[in-house]
Amino acid sequence: MKKLWFTLLLAAIASFGMAQTITIGLTVSKTGKYNVESVNQLNGIKLWQQWINDQGGIPVGNKKYKVELKYYDDESKAERVQQLYSRLISQDKVDFLISPYSSGLTAKAAVISEQYGKVMVATGAASDSIFKLGYENVYQIYTPASRYLTATIDMLKAADANLKKIAIVYEDSKFAKAVATAAKSYAQNAGLNVVLFEGYPPSTTDFGPIINKIKASGAEALVGGGHYADGATFARQLYEQKTPLKMIALLVAPASDEFAQLGDAALGVAAPSQWEPLVKYTPDCGVTPGQFVSMYEKAYGKTPAYRAAGGFAAGLVLQKAIMDAGSLDSAKVRAALDNMDLTIFFGKIKFSTDPKSHGLQLGHDMVQIQWQKKDGKLVKEIVWPLGAKTADLIYPIR
Amino acid sequence: MLEIVSSVLDGLLIGLIYGLASIGLTLIFGVMDVVNLAHGSVIALGMFSLLMFFGAGLNPYLALVPVLLLGFAFGVVIYLIAVRRIINGPSLMTLLSTYAVSMIIIGVGTALWSTSPYNVNIKSETLNILGYTVTSARLIAALAAVLVTFALYYFLYKTTLGKAVRAVSNNREAAELMGIPSQQILAISFGIGTALAMLSGALIATMFPFTILSGGIYELKSFVASVLGGLGNPTGALFGGIILGLIEGSVAPFIQVSWTNVIEFVLFVLILLFFPRGLLGGRR
Repeated sequence: MKKLWFTLLLAAIASFGMAQTITIGLTVSKTGKYNVESVNQLNGIKLWQQWINDQGGIPVGNKKYKVELKYYDDESKAERVQQLYSRLISQDKVDFLISPYSSGLTAKAAVISEQYGKVMVATGAASDSIFKLGYENVYQIYTPASRYLTATIDMLKAADANLKKIAIVYEDSKFAKAVATAAKSYAQNAGLNVVLFEGYPPSTTDFGPIINKIKASGAEALVGGGHYADGATFARQLYEQKTPLKMIALLVAPASDEFAQLGDAALGVAAPSQWEPLVKYTPDCGVTPGQFVSMYEKAYGKTPAYRAAGGFAAGLVLQKAIMDAGSLDSAKVRAALDNMDLTIFFGKIKFSTDPKSHGLQLGHDMVQIQWQKKDGKLVKEIVWPLGAKTADLIYPIR
Repeated sequence: MLEIVSSVLDGLLIGLIYGLASIGLTLIFGVMDVVNLAHGSVIALGMFSLLMFFGAGLNPYLALVPVLLLGFAFGVVIYLIAVRRIINGPSLMTLLSTYAVSMIIIGVGTALWSTSPYNVNIKSETLNILGYTVTSARLIAALAAVLVTFALYYFLYKTTLGKAVRAVSNNREAAELMGIPSQQILAISFGIGTALAMLSGALIATMFPFTILSGGIYELKSFVASVLGGLGNPTGALFGGIILGLIEGSVAPFIQVSWTNVIEFVLFVLILLFFPRGLLGGRR
């Protein structure tokens, strides 16, 4: 009898100790087309977990909760995402969710998180459309597609108040088209004349015809592009054709390190980026960009890209919301997220509370990078926003 | 105004390369009645051959010579393995056979190089000729196409072997009766056709990025150019290519770039309506 009471007491204490964890569920694309980026993102999330657990866990009230991650391989497939998120919620009974990588998979996960009323922090997802469906439980970390190029236009106007004509030439893919369409209305509202607005087939290798059109249009600046292959070829041929543009900003391609292979053709080309290691944000809480970079380099042996930063940011934002709410209750955490308005190492975080776009990221801005020559070598410098820059914008570039 | 001229000139230059590729296709058809469906994959192979020779340190333009020779050898091999036995059978057989060769080339190519884009990084100068901006790569490629075409004409009309090729093309039985070893001629012709295709691929590689699948669109344009000029007629193929290039160049400034191919093929159908045997007539 005494033994039974003792065992029960031990079990009670043990379970009391075990109850001191928060479980966060997510899926990772360990296989499939999103493999590289998704694992990158997971590395950032795991780094955050390690960092917060080293401090004893997330403080909630006067207790500290260690973070446990529960994740499965979604194989980069939408059906797997749906199955696995349902499982995470109903069987594994996770407390909170983080999204998979990519807008496509996140859209599927959001359906599930909304069904069960579980808070999900969406990172690695830039689509606007997920947030136009009236969901209440999904919160976006990345700058949405609609604002990918808007900061670029702000930067252009700040550099040249007399700029009038802009060309928007984009890859005819869903993502690039969405970015370009949003950029067009933003540019027109800013008083610019969009002299050329045209899409090119994704497999284009000869940009000659469209470059001729750009020249004929009299455009002073060009924004657009799509993904790496076409963006790099476009930039190279723009240079070869001696296109008289004062500014060229392309999606994705110039933000990658391999862009330097273009040599002189890369000089002056700008791109929007969710985050860069050298960015100079002053955070209100959490780590500084420099601390994140050195932690990451120590843990993984290389400089983090923005996907890893997005992962860490997701964990950090969730942590802050829980701390602000002082509770693990989903409704209270949602309220804390709705009220959030701060700067972390990743940038500003502020979510939309308008029911038509609830959860859309309003505060975070794309940083703009530009390729410049430093000590004879091509490097990526951050030129916007002005508060986070590492170098001045070169304008005009040619 | 300048942009239209610029566009048309660009079209002319690329049209010469289309022409070169088309001659390769039409020659094979003219000599042996075979529609070579491996044409596109061989063009892509030409792109990768240049990449490999360039990677080995050879000057990209000097590398065109080994590419040409490699193409010839490869063409002879394809002929001996995939075409020779079925040359007298129904045309569907050769169609399937060359298609199979194409699948093999693409399959092996994908295994070796995946479907990522590659570039031959040539130092290309940008020249400004009376206001027309053109890269040296494009000019040299067009020039090479013209030179090789002249060389082919010299071969076909000024050499005995060339005469034999034309004889077999005209009437194989009669040529055999005259003592011409037709099997050897067929192999040589297939070799030349393949060599021209590989060379055009290499020339394209000096200008644009490519993957193992890049041959497809050029194969399509080769067919169009060949039919435009009259299937089996090398001169026709060259002009067909030039016309195609000029069409592309003249419509591009006025429409969305995605529509260029559509307009091209619509015009092609229209031309065929009025000239069913092609603009210069086909092989008799």
